[in-house]
Formats: sequence, C-alpha cells, structure tokens
Amino acid sequence: MRELTYVQALNEALRQAMTEDDSVFMIGENIRGGVRAETAGLDDAFGPERVLDMPISEAAFTGFANGAALAGMRPVVEFQVASLMFPAFDQIVNQAAKLPLMLGGQAHIPVTFLLMGAGAGGGRAGQHSDNPYTFLIHAGIKTVVPSTPADAKGLMLAAIFEDDPVALVVNSNLLGRTGDVPAGGERARLAKGAVRRAGKDVTVCAVGHLVPAALEAAGRLAEDGIEVEVWDPRSLLPFDKEGLAASVAKTGRLVIADDSARTCGFAAEVAGLVAERCFDSLRGPIKRVTRADVTVPYSTPIEQAMLPAADELEAAVRTLAA
Amino acid sequence: MSESRDPVEWYRRMRRLRRFEMRAAELVGDGEINGPVHEYIGEEAVAVGVCAALRADDVITSTHRGHGHILAKGGAPDRMFAELLGRESGYNRGRGGSMHIADFDLGIYGANGIVGAGAPMACGAAFTFKVRGEDRVAVPFFGDGAMNQGVLLESFNLAVILHLPVIFACENNGYAITSSIREMLGGDLARRAEGFGLPAQSVDGMDVCAVHAASAAAVERARAGGGPAFLEFRTARYSVHNIATGGRMRDNRSEETLAQARERDPIERLAGEITRGAGWEPGGRDAVDDEIEREIEGAVGFARNSPRPRAETALDYMYADTYPDFPAPGWEH
Repeated sequence: MRELTYVQALNEALRQAMTEDDSVFMIGENIRGGVRAETAGLDDAFGPERVLDMPISEAAFTGFANGAALAGMRPVVEFQVASLMFPAFDQIVNQAAKLPLMLGGQAHIPVTFLLMGAGAGGGRAGQHSDNPYTFLIHAGIKTVVPSTPADAKGLMLAAIFEDDPVALVVNSNLLGRTGDVPAGGERARLAKGAVRRAGKDVTVCAVGHLVPAALEAAGRLAEDGIEVEVWDPRSLLPFDKEGLAASVAKTGRLVIADDSARTCGFAAEVAGLVAERCFDSLRGPIKRVTRADVTVPYSTPIEQAMLPAADELEAAVRTLAA
Repeated sequence: MSESRDPVEWYRRMRRLRRFEMRAAELVGDGEINGPVHEYIGEEAVAVGVCAALRADDVITSTHRGHGHILAKGGAPDRMFAELLGRESGYNRGRGGSMHIADFDLGIYGANGIVGAGAPMACGAAFTFKVRGEDRVAVPFFGDGAMNQGVLLESFNLAVILHLPVIFACENNGYAITSSIREMLGGDLARRAEGFGLPAQSVDGMDVCAVHAASAAAVERARAGGGPAFLEFRTARYSVHNIATGGRMRDNRSEETLAQARERDPIERLAGEITRGAGWEPGGRDAVDDEIEREIEGAVGFARNSPRPRAETALDYMYADTYPDFPAPGWEH
C-alpha cells in the first residue's frame, strides 16, 4: 500500500489495464501530451494507436468505441466533462445499452465511459456541473461512482474488464483526495457496497463525493452521541440491495445523500427499494438530501444553496434521531 | 457470402432480395409479422453490387431498411424470417426484429433503427482491423436522409483523419420517409462528402455492374491502405417508407415518379444483359427463379415451425455479466 491521490489511482488503473491486455485502448479529447492527470504518460508508454486524441465529435467517437468493442476491443472513452456525454447520448443509450439484448446475445460491448469533471461547486455553471449518473442508470448502463482512491483504481479496472458497457463517474471534488491504494491489479466487485463508518443509530447512504461529506457530518453527530453508519454503494447499477438492507435492519433509519436531481433521482430509487423491502425495520421516514430540481446557477451563494453538503446531511440525521 | 463477379449469381441474389421482401410484405399483411417492415424493393442492385465486392470477413453496418444488405452479405432467409416472426431461431432470438438483424460470423454488425448510427461503429471496427494489421474493410450503408445526421458527418471526418478502411455507401433513393432530398439537403451530396476529404463518386444504383465496379475499386484501395471513400448510389424505393400490421403508409410520390423508377428496374436490367451477353446457366432464368421460390417458401416454413421465446426469458441478454437480483424485474411480490 502507498498513498495516492484519486486521480493518480485512476491513471495507475488505466496503465495497468493497458499493460495487462492489448485490446484496451483509450480515446478522448485532449488526452495526449500530459495535459490531463488521469491520462498523463499513457501516450508515451503505449503509443498513438492506443491513446488517441479525438476531434470534438462526441457522438462519433462514442460510436467508434462501440464499433471497436463489437470487433473485440475494450475501449475506454473519456468525456473530459461529464456533461459532454449528452451529445453522444444516442450512441450510449440507443446503441451501447440496447444492442446487446436486441442482438440476442450475439455480441457484447465491453466499453468503459470515463466521465471526468462530474459535479458542481467550481463556478462552472449549468452545462459543466452535472452529476449525470441517473441518466445512465435509466438507460441500463452499469454505473460506478468511486469515492476513494482505492475504489477509483479497483472500480476502473472492474469497469474495463466487465463485458458490458460501464460508466465510471468522477466527481471533480474528489480528484485530490488521498488514500491508500493497493499496488496490484485487483478489481473491485460491482454490486458491492462498503461500510465507511459503523454506527447503530442512523444509516447514511452517500454517493460519491458525498461520502466524505457524510463522514464529516458523522464526526460532528458523534459528539452529540448520535452514531451514524456511513454506507457507500460504490456501484449504483448494479446495486448492493442486500448490503443496504443489512445496514437499515441494524439502524432502522435512513438518510440518502445523492447529488443528483430530487425527482426521479437515485435517492428516490433507494428510498423506494428500502420502503418495499425493509418496511418492518424502519423506525421513521426515509429522508433524502439531494440537489434541487433546477439547473446549477453560477454565482457561489446560489450555487451552494442548491447543492447537498455535510450541513444538510447533519440536519436530516438530527431530525430522524430526535 | 463470398465475393462474386458472376452476373448470374448477382441475379440470383437480387431475385432473393426481392422475393424475400415481397413475401415479408404478405406476412405483414396477414398479421404474421408484428412490427414495421421497410421494404428494400427497387434498391437491390446496391446491396448486391456492394457486397459482391466484399469478402466474408469484411464488415457492414445496415439501416432500418436492412433486409437487402443482410441477404446480400450472406444472411440466411430462414433465420431472417424467423426473426421477423419473432422466433427463438431468428438471428437475434426474436429480440430485435426487422430493424436489428445481425450475424457477427458473417460480418453483419447489425441493422439499426437510428439513422446514421451504424457509421461510427463501422469506423471503430475498421480501426480495430487496422491496428491488428488485418486487411479487412468496413462498409456502413445509409440513406440520403442520413446525410443530414451529425454523427454521420462526424464519422466522415473520423475516417479521414484516422485513414480508416471504410467505404461509406450512401443509398440515395431521394426521400427521407416522405421528404424529398431536393427540399431537405443543401448543396450536393457527393460534393459534401468531398468537403471532408473523402474521394467521392456518384454511381447509377440501378446498375449492379456499375455498383460492383465502383465498390470493388474503393474496396481494393481501402484494403491496400489507401483510406476511406464515399460512394453515392442513385436508386429508387418502389414501396412506401414502411408497412406494418394495420396498413401501409401513404405514399406522397406521383404515379409518374414511381413508374419512371420501375422502368429502370435493376433486376430486369441485369436479366436483359445476361440474356444478351454471357447467357444463363442450364435451365435459364426460370430455373433461378424457381430455386429462389423454393428457398423463400422453405424459409417461411422454417420460421413458422420455430418456437417463440419463452416468457421467462424476457430479461435475458441485456448483460454479459450478471449479478444476483439484476437486472431488476418490474415488480416484486
């Protein structure tokens, strides 16, 4: 184990995957020449046929990756800002997600969509502040949202070697986060959540960059004797239903922290799932802490006002635990 | 289906395409095919001429009007009818239907219901061949309507900058469903492709010999590392955009326009050239026609006698790697 930043861990995963399997290659905008930390050095190590800069044609280069995947490759497609997947949405939704079933199992599409630059908080305004995993989940794209450097690596490797399309969503707020990262090439398991802090009073199911926020809130709440269990799903589709149910069975209370739209967002799905499966365990209403249902505005006070953070989480837990 | 330079074999293939579509239309009318069918009748020379220039290991992507491309690349009528009839023995196990037939063993990367969507995938396949040092080529088929689809134009650029072995095969039948190309397309179609740096040629798509000659030249060039090309095939669709249970779409074209198209019929044209030229095999044209009739009827029989998918398999094939409780069914009791 050594300590790496989150973005260094992504880079190491890409490097190891490309070393391990020569069908892995990477495409994206401005990924050569050491401009971007997640791909730094890959072009020097693997050459221009395995690290390709693409024109600003998200639809075509995503389709290009789908075609290469159908021909036996394992492409990694980087969107340098997560919202740039929208111009490519036909190729993600109508093609990558739908073709395998419609082909009746004749072929699979082992493509990885690496969505960098997800999330808000940097004054990037509405078109560069999306955290668009619910769109992908609705489409049936397997989606992982690593919250730690170790998971950034392990889930990146898992995504690349999964035989289906997988989206890995990287929140900008996490890139500099440090943590221990295994040196080997172990792949994380999809559909497997993790308890990040154990507690008996309230479960907080926190997605992505809200895991550190939940840990911060849990620390404050502990000072008042409220023991929060922070549960990180890591993989949103497929989702570790048993893992969350086990935590809720223990605490009887659930707060879901999800920086996506409130209406039909990921938190809504988790709430529905727990209401259906864990009704008898619940000792209070399920609370959601999410984004507001509006476009992210630019100016800092109004940007921050519509985003979920540790303070809102703490307040939700206090309401439940009272 | 392998390369062919034999006009009688071209005739056989074109006849197969036409009779397949005519039979499919009957089955739509009878309610045996559930779902829309886009007939390829009139355009046979394009699919047959292009695919006769391809090897079995070359790749095509196709369109919503895809039966012709699939048959011309070697698709078996029995498994195609089985797919149209929603049978487990169909190419896609009854999961795709008319607009999605594929056979990866034959290099058919699938028909597609989204206009222009196959082109970037053909580019990705061609890139794979190139980096693996294989001399295979990829041919995306698309229509004149797709020339206004951004992803296709982006794919032109991608093929040029990456110097890919791709031959863009544009079937210009003059209409995007009911909208005339004269009202929908600015500039000239082939000149537009040239603007991207693609060598472009406009070909009489009702003449299978001309289609094959242009395709063979472009394929040979691409195979040798000469890069992509664009071919426009001027053709005609005899039928309406599509047919489905419950009726045919209204055709807004004049009788005169349709009659003019039929006068250029690609099958009759080739038959005349064979009669006047090298001649038929023993048995003549009738023997080929009879062979195709038997093949088509046998294929329909195969499809009818095949079982439909079982209800409990409705969630199958979406994912290669599955997990407990995934994918989720629509209800839990």
